[in-house]
Amino acid sequence: MKILVCVTSVPDTTAKISFTDGDTKFNKAGVTFITGPYDDYALSRAVELKEAHGGTVTVLNVGEADSEQVIRKCLAIGADDAIRVNCEPKDSYFTATQIATIAAQEKYDLILMGRESIDFNSGVVHGLVGEMLGIPSLSPVMKLEIDGTTAKMTREIEGGKEDIEASLPLVLGCQEPIAEWKIPNMRGIMTARTKPLKVVEPVGEDMTITEKYALPAPKGACKMIAAENAEELIALLKNEAKVL
Amino acid sequence: MSVIIFTEIDNGALKKSSLEAVYYGAEVAKMKGTTATVLAIGTAAQDELSKAGNFGATKVLHANDARLATGNIQAYADVLASAVAQEGAEIVVLAKSSLGDAVAARAAGKLKASIVSNVTDLPNLSSGFKVTRSIYTGKAFATVELKGEKKIIAIKKNAVSVVESGNTANVEPFTPNLNDADFAVKVTGTHKASSSISLPEADLVVSAGRGLKGPENWAIVEDLANALGAATACSKPVSDLDWRPHHEHVGQTGIKVSPNLYIAAGISGAIQHLAGVNSSKVIVVINKDPEAPFFKAADYGIVGDVFDVLPRLTKAVKAL
Ligand SMILES: Cc1cc2nc3c(=O)[nH]c(=O)nc-3n(C[C@H](O)[C@H](O)[C@H](O)COP(=O)(O)OP(=O)(O)OC[C@H]3O[C@@H](n4cnc5c(N)ncnc54)[C@H](O)[C@@H]3O)c2cc1C
Ligand SMILES: Cc1cc2nc3c(=O)[nH]c(=O)nc-3n(C[C@H](O)[C@H](O)[C@H](O)COP(=O)(O)OP(=O)(O)OC[C@H]3O[C@@H](n4cnc5c(N)ncnc54)[C@H](O)[C@@H]3O)c2cc1C
Repeated sequence: MKILVCVTSVPDTTAKISFTDGDTKFNKAGVTFITGPYDDYALSRAVELKEAHGGTVTVLNVGEADSEQVIRKCLAIGADDAIRVNCEPKDSYFTATQIATIAAQEKYDLILMGRESIDFNSGVVHGLVGEMLGIPSLSPVMKLEIDGTTAKMTREIEGGKEDIEASLPLVLGCQEPIAEWKIPNMRGIMTARTKPLKVVEPVGEDMTITEKYALPAPKGACKMIAAENAEELIALLKNEAKVL
Repeated sequence: MSVIIFTEIDNGALKKSSLEAVYYGAEVAKMKGTTATVLAIGTAAQDELSKAGNFGATKVLHANDARLATGNIQAYADVLASAVAQEGAEIVVLAKSSLGDAVAARAAGKLKASIVSNVTDLPNLSSGFKVTRSIYTGKAFATVELKGEKKIIAIKKNAVSVVESGNTANVEPFTPNLNDADFAVKVTGTHKASSSISLPEADLVVSAGRGLKGPENWAIVEDLANALGAATACSKPVSDLDWRPHHEHVGQTGIKVSPNLYIAAGISGAIQHLAGVNSSKVIVVINKDPEAPFFKAADYGIVGDVFDVLPRLTKAVKAL
């Protein structure tokens, strides 16, 4: 089985978000970049499937050279090789175009992604890639078993879940508990250094322009209510905050 | 060249989040000097659908084919793309949801559209077509220009304050061409909790964390939620421990909510939890530890024991 896993390089979940250059650029100073948490689930399941059924796992990132540290970590976790499309991934459509262009040549059985990126949170790249390739796309997938050329999946829906069956090839957006996050071991880290990482140039155009960033207005002070008078909260919510 | 609003039907009626999208779409249509057309897929009575007029739509296209009964992503995207073609629409609006995102993404692929998600405000048309979107899971905003001739906008809850007009919309049957290839994915089973209030749609949410000590204690959370008419939610460890179902887990790696009121009981307020709830209008925190980080993100706080405070709040709500 030939599996492609698409990963983002994103600020650590505890990172303080700020901007520079007159609020037109993300401020990378002091920020640790990690593999998107959902992408990590996708990668972990891909490695498990390879261990169970044989095949290869390729990691793909659309990003600048500084995402190679995240790509190497994916190789250390168990991917066989990697591709980086050398550009700033400006929007969902542009990013999907890069992924679909490579996937159209390589004919993967399974393209695994995260349910959403934790920087731009759109949750649309899998659908775009599925459409561009003319194959089904499903998200968020929380369980995935492969039986020959059939995939059996569980997808989360509003207020519950549904069981799904479909033939490969497929594009899936993954979330927990599809797999346990894997941590690279020493041997993995050593071999990752020599695994192939191919850099290719982008194609196509972006469809949006991100012009400016802003931070939310700071929260006002928290109004404390003594536990003995807890009931007062309800009156405040009704008469002051007007949410009841 | 009207604006099309992709809506979702739940229990024979348009979902609340979809009606908000209808209002948003109608406001955009006004700005562009055109009208708003709703696309509704699935089973619903005509007079239910005509209520879209109350939110500003003039017309409803109703696609009701037996094959469209389950939320089939590819088929829905085909229906949406044909509605866009029939109406010569340039703009598609929808409410963000797991079905909506998936359908919008595939439709964007078909239409070669600029797609922007998590939009929090009406567009600015003074130079180009620009919207504000929430990014970094609510920790920042971005102003984005949509360059494509076709534009798809997925809005976040509370992106507009709805004003109802009392009008009704004309409902027309819509028969799209469906592709057999759209039905390659088979849904073999559906498991839905019987609980009535959907978390992403809810205006009021009562959420609890590890401070509740165990699943057997959730009655006090549910009692308050029931008294308020609120949905219940939980922190990640609570769903990891199987105390509560996964679809109740909110945060960075769970559902993102933006209700009018979010009550957090026995939740410490880790940054990953806050990421999923920080766009709530009013946040109430109940925690026995005065140093709990959640208080910094709260509007109202009670330092106290959830086992004492929650039942008293329930009583106070019932007394309203
Ligand atoms: C100015 C700017 C600079 C950026 N620089 C970088 C950068 O240097 N490196 C970087 O990785 N991201 C960068 N990003 C973020 C990147 O643009 C987003 O990941 C991309 O726009 C898709 O966002 P989305 O919300 O549509 O993804 P979603 O639809 O939410 O993503 C779903 C899934 O698609 C896959 N996916 C999404 N984006 C990528 C990608 N870039 N490569 C591979 N798979 C992907 C992942 O599996 C992800 O979980 C940058 C964004 C901007 C605006
Ligand atoms: C990559 C990543 C992603 C994550 N994503 C998420 C996410 O999406 N959502 C999420 O929630 N977490 C997420 N987490 C986990 C997060 O970091 C925290 O561990 C988690 O939110 C803590 O849950 P909690 O507040 O329920 O538990 P704790 O942190 O254990 O807090 C329990 C709180 O209850 C209080 N308490 C105890 N007893 C009582 C009582 N009797 N009365 C009143 N208060 C009491 C305590 O003072 C404490 O503040 C993520 C972590 C990582 C690394």
